[in-house]
Amino acid sequence: MEYQVDKRGFYGPYGGAYIPEMLHQNIEYLQQNYLDIINSEDFINEMNALLKDYVGRPTPLYFAKRLSQKYGYKIYLKREDLCHTGAHKVNNTIGQILLAKRLGKTRIIAETGAGQHGVATATVCALMDMKCIVYMGEVDIERQAPNVKRMRMLGAEVRPATSGSKTLKDATNEAMRDWIGNPNDTHYIIGSVVGPHPFPDMVARFQSIISEEIRWQLKEKEGKELPDYVMACVGGGSNAAGAFYHFLDEQTVKLIAVEAAGHGIHSGMSAATTILGKPGVLHGSKTLFMQTTDGQVVEPHSISAGLDYPGIGPIHAWLFESGRAQFMSATDDEALEAVMELSRLEGIIPALESAHALAKLKEINAPADSIVVVNLSGRGDKDLDTYIREFKNL
Amino acid sequence: MNRIQKLFQKKKDNILSIFITAGFPNIDSLPTILEALEESGVDMVEIGIPFSDPTADGPAIQYSNNVAIHNGMTLPHLFAQLKDIRKKISIPLVLMGYLNPPMQYGFDKFIDDAVACGIDGIILPDLPLDEYVISYQEKFNKNGLSNIFLITPQTSDLRIQTIDKESNGFIYVVSTNTITGGKVDFEDTQKEYFSRVKNLQLNNPALVGFGIRDKATFDIAAKYLNGAIIGTAFIKHIEAHPTRIKDAVKEFIEAIR
Ligand SMILES: Cc1ncc(COP(=O)(O)O)c(C=O)c1O
Repeated sequence: MEYQVDKRGFYGPYGGAYIPEMLHQNIEYLQQNYLDIINSEDFINEMNALLKDYVGRPTPLYFAKRLSQKYGYKIYLKREDLCHTGAHKVNNTIGQILLAKRLGKTRIIAETGAGQHGVATATVCALMDMKCIVYMGEVDIERQAPNVKRMRMLGAEVRPATSGSKTLKDATNEAMRDWIGNPNDTHYIIGSVVGPHPFPDMVARFQSIISEEIRWQLKEKEGKELPDYVMACVGGGSNAAGAFYHFLDEQTVKLIAVEAAGHGIHSGMSAATTILGKPGVLHGSKTLFMQTTDGQVVEPHSISAGLDYPGIGPIHAWLFESGRAQFMSATDDEALEAVMELSRLEGIIPALESAHALAKLKEINAPADSIVVVNLSGRGDKDLDTYIREFKNL
Repeated sequence: MNRIQKLFQKKKDNILSIFITAGFPNIDSLPTILEALEESGVDMVEIGIPFSDPTADGPAIQYSNNVAIHNGMTLPHLFAQLKDIRKKISIPLVLMGYLNPPMQYGFDKFIDDAVACGIDGIILPDLPLDEYVISYQEKFNKNGLSNIFLITPQTSDLRIQTIDKESNGFIYVVSTNTITGGKVDFEDTQKEYFSRVKNLQLNNPALVGFGIRDKATFDIAAKYLNGAIIGTAFIKHIEAHPTRIKDAVKEFIEAIR
């Protein structure tokens, strides 16, 4: 089975570039040139230097001893939370800003949910002296207030998206509208493995450093490159795509993707796309997303802004449909419990998104001593307001 | 020959096409609006299929989409409303919308039902050209349905010619790099672009859309190409006069003509 994107930009039946003509020229140019650009020696050298000295890579693969004792597996945490800016998102923005520079673009736009991608974009724009505009849903601006301030400190303009559910999907709509209006000087740094081809593949490649490192780090620690399980949360799916990437063709490695179930899968307040979604076309690609029978997008819910998206990237729609990855979902409450558990057992306060993956450790039913790698996609600083509100006894 | 092709056979200049979102401002407004438009001498109408996430549209059309969805407008409802429309309306009618609602309805059924209602053309801005040619063109041709493509100032001459080759209705010339309702000045850049399109001597007629809002902007577009399409300005006018739609339509068209 082929899990990577094909020449036409599809993963099985999913993917493609379903875009209005206004975006055609930029997208076609990217399709024809992205591989040459990002595989060129000078690009790779510049990117690797920044990933090392600026982002702080490689991030540790940490053996979580007390967590392991509790569950009876060997649990390793891939510490993307230790990346500069606090999440994996910066792996992608470093790559894309270097691409934008080579495309001769001078203005960057981005969408953001939790604000992590917005911060990561604002950061690299400061670094590269580019104008930066971040679209963010009005609701998210409120629930991730510190990240809004961080973006502004970094020199970005944060523009509220006031349509629809005022969350991530609406911020994405606004960013696309901006790009339609500014095709010449602007590059759109999409924050996850979503959007028209080649974005899903490009973002997956920039995030694939996660699984590349896991392989050699595990070899050092366990004498073998392949874990038994890799677990990651899925909003659009970029941290999961990066954590799975170099294991896709290793059938012994079980891949577990965890979606946000919100108040419960069938509560009407959920973001569990593989269970509630159907194939359709949204934000430039054919993929699974939550929609009515009439094809109107259903507004998702998750306590974590980064998972509050009605769809998943086309690579994940295909990993789900082909059975290569197993999809689970964690409720808001389960995620909160996992936040507290990791804080108390390991002294690590995780992001709410990442906690969704941790929350399913109790359900994977792996044989004792299995090696389980959980991608800890981000740290919890940005969620402190939520934690203060939810954990009343602090 | 469908009604679009017949229209352009007898009339080549000053073609006026109006875009209206189905189900706006009220669920049952469309038939009234269509009648008033035909009586006012409009040449063609584009009927918008509402979608929750219209990424190529500005605030006015976004709003009309939300209102229409809230009013309960769906494709089954729209086709029921259009079932007998050909008893009253003889100008060409085009359905315009994003790909997802027709996909969920079933694309073949969507085409069949559109044809059964007497629809002449389809505009799906996010349907890729190659997918249309590979998967749908035969069915469109068999049913005498025109698929209408957009071009923009960034579309290369070569691509415009390819699009022209695959078209058999008209070409939708997006006036500038903008979403619908954007402020377009129709100065030199637009005029040069319209001339460039005109000089390509395409087989299909070309109508300008996006930013056309009054007589002055309509006349500029019509001077260079075969006419123009008005959406946002018309929708705003209807929105401002919800209780006297028929008269509002006539006033609006009279001011353009
Ligand atoms: C820490 C963290 N993890 C995960 C996500 C979800 O995104 P993705 O599924 O693309 O990894 C986000 C998004 O904001 C995030 O901030």
